[in-house]
Amino acid sequence: MNWAKSLKVIGILVSIFVAIILSFPLGEKIKLGLDLQGGSYILLECVDSPNAPVDSDAVNRVLEIIRNRVDQLGVSEPLIQRNGTKQILVQLPGVEDPESAVEIIGQTALLEFKNSKGETELTGAHLISAKESFDQFGRPIVLIEFDSEGAKEFAQATTNNVGNILAITLDGKEISSPVVQEPIISGKAQITGNFTVDGAKHLALLLRSGALPVKVEILENRSVGPTLGKDSISKGIKAGILGLILILIFMLIYYKGFGLIADFALIICMLLIVGSLAGLKATLTLPGIAGIILTIGMAVDANILIFERIKEELRLEKTFRASIDAGFSKAFRTILDANVTTLIAAVALFYFGSGAIKGFAITLSIGILASMFTAIVVTKVILELVAKKFSLRVLI
Amino acid sequence: MDLFKGKSFDFVKNRKLFYTIAALLILIGVISIIFQGFNFGIDFAGGTLLQIKFAEPVSTEAVRNILASLNLGRSTIQNLAEDEFVVRMERIEPESIKEILTSFRAKLAGLELLREETVGPVIGESLKKMAIYALFIAFLGIILYITIRFEFKYSIVSMLALMHDCLIVIGLFSLLQKEITVSIIAAILTIVGYSLNNSIVVLDRLRENIKLKTRETFENLINLSINQSLSRTINTSLTTILPILAIYFLGGSILSDFALALLIGMIAGTYSSIFLASPLLLEWNKIFKVEQRGINKRAKKTDKE
Repeated sequence: MNWAKSLKVIGILVSIFVAIILSFPLGEKIKLGLDLQGGSYILLECVDSPNAPVDSDAVNRVLEIIRNRVDQLGVSEPLIQRNGTKQILVQLPGVEDPESAVEIIGQTALLEFKNSKGETELTGAHLISAKESFDQFGRPIVLIEFDSEGAKEFAQATTNNVGNILAITLDGKEISSPVVQEPIISGKAQITGNFTVDGAKHLALLLRSGALPVKVEILENRSVGPTLGKDSISKGIKAGILGLILILIFMLIYYKGFGLIADFALIICMLLIVGSLAGLKATLTLPGIAGIILTIGMAVDANILIFERIKEELRLEKTFRASIDAGFSKAFRTILDANVTTLIAAVALFYFGSGAIKGFAITLSIGILASMFTAIVVTKVILELVAKKFSLRVLI
Repeated sequence: MDLFKGKSFDFVKNRKLFYTIAALLILIGVISIIFQGFNFGIDFAGGTLLQIKFAEPVSTEAVRNILASLNLGRSTIQNLAEDEFVVRMERIEPESIKEILTSFRAKLAGLELLREETVGPVIGESLKKMAIYALFIAFLGIILYITIRFEFKYSIVSMLALMHDCLIVIGLFSLLQKEITVSIIAAILTIVGYSLNNSIVVLDRLRENIKLKTRETFENLINLSINQSLSRTINTSLTTILPILAIYFLGGSILSDFALALLIGMIAGTYSSIFLASPLLLEWNKIFKVEQRGINKRAKKTDKE
């Protein structure tokens, strides 16, 4: 073995070693997408309304308030970011009740007290606290408290409406319509709606975080429950293992010794793919798993090309050495051309695809590169080693 | 083991038949596309999708009745398992979704919301635009690449083969009224990349044979090239199709349509790379009156013997 070849062998061993180090323990090293671990992906847009136009300041305040609300939902690693000028992207991994989460995040939550003529007497702008609780009948209620300014306004409003209804509305919808018995000067009040326990909790949360300064619209919401995520992972793994086994067997039966080498290269290729995913901190999505499974098939493609070529060369009664060299050099161009076109498609997909599909483009690209490397470098080194130690005849 | 050893098929002689089969399949798809159009999923059309699972078997009727009572009787209901459904409807607000779930919980046992997707019209439009851009860029990039590496006419016949593959897939999806989602676009792009792979291998072989065997007619060279790469074409298609079948059968409902698109595309791609791509070169030569045989100089020896 000359030094160039030794270097190749060392390079291969090192890359396998690095891949293994990078990818274990698998559960911690591979970042799962929302579709696999469960969670919500919510894209919001601030929309203009006649009396509340959207400006940069308003979007920032919306961002702040939504962050506040999400914090109170108790999601472990939320991601909240501005997306362009008016959009806000919220990702909530592992959120337990996506429905309520979406509702809470997108709600304007403008609290108003309206007199019997429907005029707004005051809003929730001066609230300093809001808390869920129960009244003496055990019904869920929300206790609110105004700051000094708010307390003054509230005292005024209750004084004006003694004996009349002072309706409490949220975003224009009536929550309750109590009759004011006497002026309230303490700045404290309770809202007794027809709440469930969760309903009271959510209202309190919304009132604490404050109303959004502009209307917010949900452009896109994709939520996956934790059960489906786990199910997707186990189905993906099953499909992958079956695909892998089928191919390992096929190659072994059809190409015998060559097939064994291809199988070995395929397993190295898989290790490299997983290692690269972990090393690049790429997010694995369900389509991403499909991409890996697809690569299993494509990875042996290059090996098949090479082996078919070598077989042809052998039929021309060339020596083993010469057949290997000719097989590789003739197949190389084809392998390159064929893989570059798939790579072009994958790159286009990466740039234009959305969330989960990007995951597919990533695993497909990594898979193509890893499979080219294993076919051209790893397979060749193994073939040469085998040809040197034994005769190539053992392979056929 | 070598199934195709020593066998030689005449692909050129029967090429009219192969063209006709391809044309017929495409025609059926195109007719369906014209008259039925596509069933765009909520990714593109906008809307709300709910995937729900009950604690015990539930009939589609029961699900439909509850939806109808909420004025959502026009929703499409897909039965995944006897206790699991996918419901698609026009876009509704989060509070309406809560209402639906509450009604389900009140009338049917043990509801679990597995997945919820709501896509507004703005996103649908922008996704459509992105899908078209992605397809356009991929096509353009690939034509450029093949033109640089081969000749222009090679890229034209590979493109024709490619369009055949894509048309068969989208035609079938229209015919079966299967949903066109973002994943289906991803599948089509993968086919674009991969199907070319097969055509390129055959064309590459042809190009090599043109240089090496200068006394053969072009017809013979085409036959020779297809036959020489036949076992490779079939085997790599098979090794790609095996994992796709695994995804189709074991990968779950979310991936099954994606796998179906890939499967059809790969089969169509194998067909076009064997029966269409190189024979079409012959038509090109006839149309543009190119007299083609192997080039009459001694080919350079590239083998390191």
